[in-house]
Amino acid sequence: MNFLSEIFKRRGLIVGPLLVAAMAVLPLIDFELPGIFPGPSSNPGTLQILALALLIGSLALSYHLLLGVAGLLSFGHALYFAIGTYGLAILLRQTDIALLPAMLIVGLVGLVVAAVLGRISLQVSGIAFAMVTLAFAQAGSVLIRRNSEITNGEEGLPINTANVPDYLVGVVNTKNLFWLALVIAVIAFLLVTWFEKSRAGHVVAATRENELRVRVLGIRPTRVKILAVVSAGVIATVAGMVYFVLQSTASPANISADLTLTLLVIVVLGGVGSRWGALIGGVIYMILDQRLTSLARAPELKELPEFLYIPLSEPLFLLGSIFILVVLFLPGGFAGLAKRFRTGKRAKLKELA
Amino acid sequence: MSDVILLLMTGLGLGALYFLIAGGLSLIYGLMGVLNFAHGSFLTVGAIAGWEISKLLGGDSWGVLLISMVVGALVGAVVATATELLLIRPLYLRHIEQALITVGLSLASVALFEGIWGVDPNYVSRPPWLIEVTKIAGALVPNDRFLLIGSAVLVLFGMLAFLRYTRFGLIIRAGVENRAMVQALGIDVRRAFTLVFAIGGAVAGFGGVLASQYFGYVSPHLGGNLLIFAFIVTIIGGLGSLVGAAIASVLVAVLQQFANFYLGGTGDLVIVVLLIVVLLTRPTGLLGKRAH
Amino acid sequence: MSDLSVLELKGLGLSIGGARIINDVSFSVPQGQMLGLIGPNGAGKTTLFNLISGLMMPTEGEILLRGKSLSKQSIEARSRAGIGRTFQTSSLFPGLSAFENVRLAAQVKIGGEISLFKFPTRKDEASILTKQCLDEVGLAQSQHETLAGVLSHGDRRKLEIAMLLAMDPSVILLDEPMAGVASADVPGLVEVIRGVHSSGRTVLMVEHHIEIVLGLVDKVAVLHHGELLALDEPSKVMANETVQSAYLGEKP
Ligand SMILES: Nc1ncnc2c1ncn2[C@@H]1O[C@H](COP(=O)(O)OP(=O)(O)OP(=O)(O)O)[C@@H](O)[C@H]1O
Ligand SMILES: [Mg+2]
Repeated sequence: MNFLSEIFKRRGLIVGPLLVAAMAVLPLIDFELPGIFPGPSSNPGTLQILALALLIGSLALSYHLLLGVAGLLSFGHALYFAIGTYGLAILLRQTDIALLPAMLIVGLVGLVVAAVLGRISLQVSGIAFAMVTLAFAQAGSVLIRRNSEITNGEEGLPINTANVPDYLVGVVNTKNLFWLALVIAVIAFLLVTWFEKSRAGHVVAATRENELRVRVLGIRPTRVKILAVVSAGVIATVAGMVYFVLQSTASPANISADLTLTLLVIVVLGGVGSRWGALIGGVIYMILDQRLTSLARAPELKELPEFLYIPLSEPLFLLGSIFILVVLFLPGGFAGLAKRFRTGKRAKLKELA
Repeated sequence: MSDVILLLMTGLGLGALYFLIAGGLSLIYGLMGVLNFAHGSFLTVGAIAGWEISKLLGGDSWGVLLISMVVGALVGAVVATATELLLIRPLYLRHIEQALITVGLSLASVALFEGIWGVDPNYVSRPPWLIEVTKIAGALVPNDRFLLIGSAVLVLFGMLAFLRYTRFGLIIRAGVENRAMVQALGIDVRRAFTLVFAIGGAVAGFGGVLASQYFGYVSPHLGGNLLIFAFIVTIIGGLGSLVGAAIASVLVAVLQQFANFYLGGTGDLVIVVLLIVVLLTRPTGLLGKRAH
Repeated sequence: MSDLSVLELKGLGLSIGGARIINDVSFSVPQGQMLGLIGPNGAGKTTLFNLISGLMMPTEGEILLRGKSLSKQSIEARSRAGIGRTFQTSSLFPGLSAFENVRLAAQVKIGGEISLFKFPTRKDEASILTKQCLDEVGLAQSQHETLAGVLSHGDRRKLEIAMLLAMDPSVILLDEPMAGVASADVPGLVEVIRGVHSSGRTVLMVEHHIEIVLGLVDKVAVLHHGELLALDEPSKVMANETVQSAYLGEKP
């Protein structure tokens, strides 16, 4: 098994960079994937969808850090994503700070908020932790809706591009944003990998398995858990910021409980504990989400009988249903399935909490 | 004074709605250890069923409302029972997977409702009396508050009587205290699981029709919006405690109304803060016994 | 006496919901002693260990480690102060490999266990220590990468002792280390325990195999209904009539 894991490590070292390189050249060539891409890969519409997908993939990776690595079930992770989107939106609108320093400030805000709220919420565990995080996110959501002079309420806050460099503004520059999103995804992946492989990651994994035993060994588990919460929060904040620049609006949906639940679903579908599962799951979900809505408008689909057309045009219906089937019949998610094919053994579903 | 009475009555009315979701939620968690995210959809489906039937029958008479309440409760019960039998039971005692399944169901069902009935609110017809107001000590209280409060009180006492005086009620109460012991006595606790789901679904479906009367419309997100508060209520009241859920429903809703009025619309925020304080100081809630 | 004693219990008592689980237990254990703790099921042996390691808090009395009160110390502070324990039913990290289980303990011993900037490697100090400990308890090389959750019962007990060795505590609490171990493995395990003790550590051991206890320990304490009935050399304890009627009398 050790031998196998060494091989996978080496394989990851080859596959990863190849994949990144292949992605990186997409804006320069006219690669087509009919049905999945709305057009050739150099097309801004396609790049926009791919960039969004990479960012949601990064967000899912950060959720994986919480759930898959630290075993923390959070119902409020969207809060950090929204700190990214709204934080940057507000700074760009209310101040004259340039994009890069603004991003640094917002990232720092995400870090501090995660550290403080993490400290408080980790006083409790299990379902109570889930509920405290839900409550925090809910509080954030209320703040956004109530302070509409600053946040523009339900409408969402559009971007003020005055201080955004020209190469990130406008449809022609979507490819730059795509590359930025790719860089974010790669960094998120490397950071999460780093965390998991570090000694702290080892302790976090042990805490997930048996917290009392960790304490009996003389380790205070709260510290590493906070470390996980903060890392996940910062990655989510950064993903949120780029997502905002790409979408040009910060919207209340960024902080909804539905977004966190969707992340939960993605991570479980990908296979709890699997980095690739989370990243690829997030990417696929977002592509589906974007494409299904436009495909649903396709005239061919409208011909379908209503009982087929309606469910097929609702991405969350498909996602929810697939999710139910996977939980029922495929413990270990898709990563578990892939692993089973590779090793010929049944993969063990890691305990969640 | 009239402000206080109006706020109190509105708070009680809203509290009644919270209770109609939270009661079932709390019993289900207490007995089975399942956090049911689909409970909001049980409410929504009841509301939609009630609305469809009232459209079919036409008119805004009390008779139609009564029928739609019965239909809402029945549909809620059927959907909840099906959920338990098809999705929850196969994952017997695997609480996390069970909770995950209900997350999937809630996402899928809301999306389906959106697909079929659209995202916009559909307005319901109401018996004229409900839209009128009654003067109490100078306050003009909309009559629908009385309907909500009366119904919730009836449901609360009905459920308490069921728990206290029936054989199944005894099994459920014992199961909330110590499930393993009940099973050790040779009782098939799984039938109680199905029953608790059915009751919870019926009460939520019934609450759906009431919610549509209170808000004046049905929408796919009706249940989901209330569910978040129902969760908060359940936690504050103590998971597994029906009376705790009732007390916390009233507490939360009344506090929310007063904070909204006197503290500049901070009702939701105050509730969230209350929840956080309760969780950190008394994680089992006001009347909760233990965490699973 | 008290200045030589490593561990001292003073009037220790625990009531839970009106039930008296530990009642006025006082004794001290000198440096390097191996003390056997015996008593019928439900006597309170495990509870006593839970009190010492901080999993439970006493309602009366206090526990001193080298003269310092442990009353306000957390679980983790007590293990850092040198108290190590095993559990009656193995308490491991089921989703981590046997090697990783022990490595965690070794990491605590060596330091820097929660660093984000250091990565466990096969050749670092902690890994070397881990390997030594695994070899010492005789866990087969082929099992090192197996998940702890799927190890055989006997191997899990060995793994627990290996974690203890890696932590290198000065006071060791063993809660029924032989329970469920195949009889062929018992002599080996006895040797491991003897080895742990011979390096000067103080050991408290709960064990139902009376013959093993008597052959291994310096002193025996008898616990019954939460009270300390006797504490003396094995032969004297066995001759004690109260003990015979309370505990050994149950055997034909
Ligand atoms: N948390 C608790 N709450 C209530 N009673 C408890 C608790 N922990 C232990 N007890 C009771 O205390 C008594 C002593 O238990 P303990 O586990 O210490 O016994 P023991 O001597 O280790 O027995 P065994 O040989 O079976 O391991 C038992 O009667 C047990 O039921
Ligand atoms: Mg014991």
